[in-house]
Amino acid sequence: MAIELPRLHGLSPRLVPAGPEPSRGRREVAGLDALETPLIPTTSLGRRAWASVWPKLLALAIVLGAWEAVVWTGWRPSYVLPPPSAVLARLWQELGTEGLWLAVWTTLRRAVWGFGLAMTIGISIGVLVSRFRVLRSAIGSLIMGLQTMPSIAWFPLAILLFKLSEEAITFVVILGAAPSIANGLIHGVDHIPPVLTRAGRVLGARGLDAYRYVILPAAMPSFVGGLKQGWAFAWRSLMAGELIVVIANKASLGQLLQVNRELADSQGMLAIMMVILIIGIVLDSVVFGTLEHRIRRKRGLLGA
Amino acid sequence: MMSAALAALPATPGVGATQRATAVRVSNLSKVFGTGRGAVTALDNVSLDVGRGELVCILGASGCGKSTLLNVIAGLDQPTRGTVERLGEPSFMFQEAALFPWLSVERNVELPLRLRHVPVTVRRARVAELLDLVQLTTFARRQPHELSGGMRQRVALARALAHDAEVLLMDEPFGALDAMTRDILHDELERIWLATGRTILFVTHNVREAARLGDRIVLLTSRPGRVAEAFPVSIPRPRRIEDPDVAALARRVTARLREEVARHGD
Repeated sequence: MAIELPRLHGLSPRLVPAGPEPSRGRREVAGLDALETPLIPTTSLGRRAWASVWPKLLALAIVLGAWEAVVWTGWRPSYVLPPPSAVLARLWQELGTEGLWLAVWTTLRRAVWGFGLAMTIGISIGVLVSRFRVLRSAIGSLIMGLQTMPSIAWFPLAILLFKLSEEAITFVVILGAAPSIANGLIHGVDHIPPVLTRAGRVLGARGLDAYRYVILPAAMPSFVGGLKQGWAFAWRSLMAGELIVVIANKASLGQLLQVNRELADSQGMLAIMMVILIIGIVLDSVVFGTLEHRIRRKRGLLGA
Repeated sequence: MMSAALAALPATPGVGATQRATAVRVSNLSKVFGTGRGAVTALDNVSLDVGRGELVCILGASGCGKSTLLNVIAGLDQPTRGTVERLGEPSFMFQEAALFPWLSVERNVELPLRLRHVPVTVRRARVAELLDLVQLTTFARRQPHELSGGMRQRVALARALAHDAEVLLMDEPFGALDAMTRDILHDELERIWLATGRTILFVTHNVREAARLGDRIVLLTSRPGRVAEAFPVSIPRPRRIEDPDVAALARRVTARLREEVARHGD
């Protein structure tokens, strides 16, 4: 048992600042600090941006070149496999129509809504499972297992439960994304260095404070990793859903894809596929990638 | 065992302490890990009084339960037998700085104040004061990973002081640092201790360090940990690690420590 002694009044420790003593000690400390602080060579922003952009542009050029080459060989007639130049021209043309933008709007709205719900559910489950040992042994491995379930396998059930409706799509998007989000959080909490939780405890972080100030921030890198993966699953589930669950009078990207296939319009179909790919990449690397990079850089988790 | 009586207790036999109140009192403390035949006695009947404002170094070889003792005093671990009385909740410094990597230096120091709901203006002033104390004002906005090991330990010290506890427990805080940095941090710790008047329990396995810093050196035996001997240190401050008096005392303590270690070789 630790017994608290009362603090004595009038004797509380006073704090004397180091003051302006121009002592040798002060200069020694400053000197050692200067010597031990790593010098980080900096390069200009433009140079860094170029260094990260050119490999991507080169890779893109190689892919488009290979595609063009396959078309030249005449392996498939060009109305089945059109050349990238024709697809890009078609994409440009589609971008000028209202239909495409309406479809993008519908799809993105579903994505944001579904992913938002998945986040809410995933975070709640993650916090509960990481907090309570019983829940961990009860449903920890189930959540892990759910991640491996292909989301398209949920659709028959979703359609029976919700008919061909928005809810069916949302249901599957949530089931696709929430397990990854929960897992990211659980994994993050599991891998907090014990010394940090101990430090939090001796500094007075208990209960909810411990979560707010120590546990959740410490789990953040893994959590953002989970969000990123969750987004990828959500986007895939959403595309599968829009191909299967066709809702009348509501054009979406998946539905446009399906319509173009039915009309045997390869150019249009490939143009829509490009839109889907671009949106996926932009959200994955620009939104989540940047977030992840920023968190890792702040904590010194980036190599060099 | 009530605490109110403690303030009036006679002085601890520390150096320069004529009439000093007790900050930490460990009475007949035992700590056993595990049960049955596999049980390990880490601490056996340890009693220790630390006077207010005293800097006591707890010294021992591996397996003497030094860290266990600190953990029990901190309340991170429960004693099997015996009691611990202390003046307020102690603050703790580990061998690793254990800074929160997502917080800047100043935010790390600020956290204990935030946790106690200290108003923001007071917090700012206090953080500035503490960073000045450990001479890291110019590094306030840096992230921990941008600092050297010695600087991180100073941030950890400032953070521990921000906790505003009367008692500061230090578990081999300079153990992982190079000799040059450690030497300078000894000077720093002595200066800060003199300036703040805190009570410090400093655990180490480095005899020279103990002789350099302590008002008193308490030598623990190993397996189980018992108090073997206490050495009062009367060398005037400020000291330096290369002072002949420090070396002479270190030699005496080392001889005693080696005796203890040798017992386990029989």
